[in-house]
Amino acid sequence: MRALLSTTLMAVLLALTPVTASAVQPDEVLKDPALEGRAREISKDLRCLVCQNQSIDDSNAPLARDLRVLVRERLTAGDSNQQVLSFVTDRYGDYVLLRPPFKATTLFLWIGPFVILAIGGVVTALYLRGRKGAAADGPMTAGGDTAPLTEDERRRLDALLRKDKA
Amino acid sequence: MRRLIYLLPLLLFVGVGVAFLRGFDRDPRDIPSALIDKPAPEFSLPPLPGHKEGLSNATLKGDVTLVNVFASWCIPCKAEHPIITRLAREQGVTVRGINHKDKAEDAIAWLNRNGDPYASIGVDLDGRVSIDWGVYGVPETFLLDRQGRIRFKHVGPLTPQVVEEQILPMVKHLRSAS
Repeated sequence: MRALLSTTLMAVLLALTPVTASAVQPDEVLKDPALEGRAREISKDLRCLVCQNQSIDDSNAPLARDLRVLVRERLTAGDSNQQVLSFVTDRYGDYVLLRPPFKATTLFLWIGPFVILAIGGVVTALYLRGRKGAAADGPMTAGGDTAPLTEDERRRLDALLRKDKA
Repeated sequence: MRRLIYLLPLLLFVGVGVAFLRGFDRDPRDIPSALIDKPAPEFSLPPLPGHKEGLSNATLKGDVTLVNVFASWCIPCKAEHPIITRLAREQGVTVRGINHKDKAEDAIAWLNRNGDPYASIGVDLDGRVSIDWGVYGVPETFLLDRQGRIRFKHVGPLTPQVVEEQILPMVKHLRSAS
């Protein structure tokens, strides 16, 4: 009976818990909603180095919490979003940014897909032009790009067909 | 010549395959430090109770120094502790510690049990100084030159291999350089 009661209670509590992906604890939240909004925005762009595919906004790691608190402290002290981000990258490098910056070392990362798309486009265009060129030489029929039968071949073909009929 | 074009996808596939295969050998935890070749961050940490000296920038100048971030609650720290002790006692490397988010009595008990090879230890209770050092996983170890610049960083427990192949040659180089 007690087990049933506690299970029901747990279920009710779970159902009442708001579903949120954020790991921000109530004691971290700033009083100023505008500042808190900026803090959330910055936290979503910062990688948690302990669990590398989460942002510090999502992660429950102690370091993520420390960094969230730090971000809020810097904002309260009057830093701009960019200043807060550079404060963190000065210590942890560009790797903490979930959106890698655009610079010489990341050029291929940003440009690469477009370069490959362009190469694909050029290759496709060349291929299509080659095919059209071949088709223009003869009638658009199956096997249109093979040479027509010679006189000798035609006679042999006729002979074979006649033999089939007989 | 035309036939080579048909080989192109295969060559591309091999290239991508080799690149991915090499990725297996890379440790995703091994993130290059942003602080290499930069002076150690400005900081000043108090000593453990009963110890004389803490840790600050001033203590890090003058000699090539190994700075080890450790905690009594950290299991890999215990694994690397004999290696650090050997570095300090047998190889004559100055080793200083940052005690990361630890209770003072736990840290002291841990040092009494495992030995204390540190020339001095700074207590970083809230982990703020560790953040300034770019620490994200204890243990971490830094090697600083005589001017107090960070020249090398290792994340995770030191192994005999890291000591032999990286730290000792670097210590020798840094000592002869200046």
